[in-house]
Amino acid sequence: MKKELSALGFVAPFLVVFSLFIVIPVIVAAYFAFTYFNTIQPPKFIGLKNFVNLITQDNVFMMHVLPNTFQFALIVGVGGYVLAFLLAWMLAQIPKKPRTILTLAIYSPSMTAGVAMSVVWLIFFSGDRAGYLNSFLIQIGFINEPIQWLQSPEHLMTIMILVSLWNSMGVGFLAMLAGVLNVDRELYEAAYIDGMRNRFQEIWYITIPSMKPQMLFGAVMAVVQTFQAGDIAVQLSGSNPTPQYSGQLILTHIADHGFIRFDMGYASAISLVLLIFVYGISRFCWRLFGEKD
Amino acid sequence: MASFQGTKIDPGKFSFSQTKFFLFLIPLSAFMILPIIFIFSQALKPIDELFLYPPRFFVEKPTLRNFNELFKETSVTVIPMTRYLFNSIITSGGIVFASVMISAMAGFALSKLDFKLKNVIFEANIIALMFVPAAVAIPRYFIIDRIGLTDSMFGHILPVLAMPVGLFLIKQFIDQIPDALIEAARVDGASNFYIFRKIIVPMVTPAIATVSILAFQMAWNNTETSEIYMNNESLKTFAFYMNTLAGNVGNDNQVAGQGMAAAAAALMFLPNLIIFLLMQSKVIDTMAHSGLK
Repeated sequence: MKKELSALGFVAPFLVVFSLFIVIPVIVAAYFAFTYFNTIQPPKFIGLKNFVNLITQDNVFMMHVLPNTFQFALIVGVGGYVLAFLLAWMLAQIPKKPRTILTLAIYSPSMTAGVAMSVVWLIFFSGDRAGYLNSFLIQIGFINEPIQWLQSPEHLMTIMILVSLWNSMGVGFLAMLAGVLNVDRELYEAAYIDGMRNRFQEIWYITIPSMKPQMLFGAVMAVVQTFQAGDIAVQLSGSNPTPQYSGQLILTHIADHGFIRFDMGYASAISLVLLIFVYGISRFCWRLFGEKD
Repeated sequence: MASFQGTKIDPGKFSFSQTKFFLFLIPLSAFMILPIIFIFSQALKPIDELFLYPPRFFVEKPTLRNFNELFKETSVTVIPMTRYLFNSIITSGGIVFASVMISAMAGFALSKLDFKLKNVIFEANIIALMFVPAAVAIPRYFIIDRIGLTDSMFGHILPVLAMPVGLFLIKQFIDQIPDALIEAARVDGASNFYIFRKIIVPMVTPAIATVSILAFQMAWNNTETSEIYMNNESLKTFAFYMNTLAGNVGNDNQVAGQGMAAAAAALMFLPNLIIFLLMQSKVIDTMAHSGLK
């Protein structure tokens, strides 16, 4: 009994803030999902109506948000993940000094958060002639008229993906780098004696299996990061909804319903679906990398 | 054995076979870091260079005018910039200290002590690792409002103290410490607290350093708490202020404040960079042990 209390004493501070600001909000959000709640009147229980509406009535969700999110997650999430591994692996093949410098360069974007980025990307993609991209394209004679990059539905998504990929090399990438560096060298040697012939086999049969924990950590981080990106469209285009819903992701959709149309019940319902969805994908990653040896 | 290549990981010195990696990594790193160089270049540009047509990437006559202006401009408004900076420093310091502290304590208990809720807490923490904070922003706001944290310095600190990634990394690291060491100390009559302070904390400094960096980056770049929980202008943080300077598309500030915004962005980024530079070897060390189990 005394042992229990002493142990609880150590977890208590964490447990209190964790429950208060993470667990309880999740539970309350789950409840809101079954209500009509406009933030002024108290929530009114309406059962599954929000979910039914989401599936049957919400054209924007079905026509824009889902495809956009799917495309975004596939390129930024999966692409970024593969890229992170390849970069980590390549970095591990060069000596320490240059590796440190190049790692820092590749990691640095993820330190800048959205705040600093508005200074760079908004100027770079600015829609007038003085925008860097427009100015460059005009100079080389590729276009005659400046393009409204951030307001045009055709380009917004591409730019979002580029910018997100650019700052996606975060903690997961560092974990993978450490993972590659820590693979037991003798394993490679043994494998070559057993008849391994090339680098591809080396990666596939030795490197990845030996760094499963780091691959899993990287994967979970990539999933989370990808679905947390929602703000970027609004930051780039300056409006929510984004021009013709071209950059609308699930989170943007939630913000639109919750904070602009004040339908918190509906926003919570979408959040809940998202939460379950993210959890499901993470479980899948777990299956892939997480089995106990 | 002639074809053995495996130990080329983490090579001691440069060899010709590494050229292909450098050929790929150097241009990529340059691309990744260009926007960050741009921030600094932009911050040092005099006003006529900022609006030069065609725009130029690098500054030609560097000046500190933008920084001066940033300080001057805000000294005549109601709230001086130093106030925002002060808020940011205090809250970031508090968050880093407190969140590392509670994560380390909880990590110790989850890894080395026995109690009933142990597995439940760790499982909940892993789920929390995947959850999308924005999805529960709404109920979170109600809780923070209900317990009276709006418009108080604690409103910046308390809600973000529970860092699932932090607990996770530290716990995994503590798992590497042999139980025998702790048993030995216990036989000598050491209390849990003594063991924690004298054995655990010194042995997990790499993990603590990593979590500090992550906590700092999160706290320092955080604009949400200022946006949502603070109505009192003098309680908002530097990151928030920076955001208003950069402005959105169509905002007058975008033209008038471009130089200042770049200066502020440079100021935002610099602490992140310096801290990461100092600690990066520890980060890699921690990530190597960040296995999920």
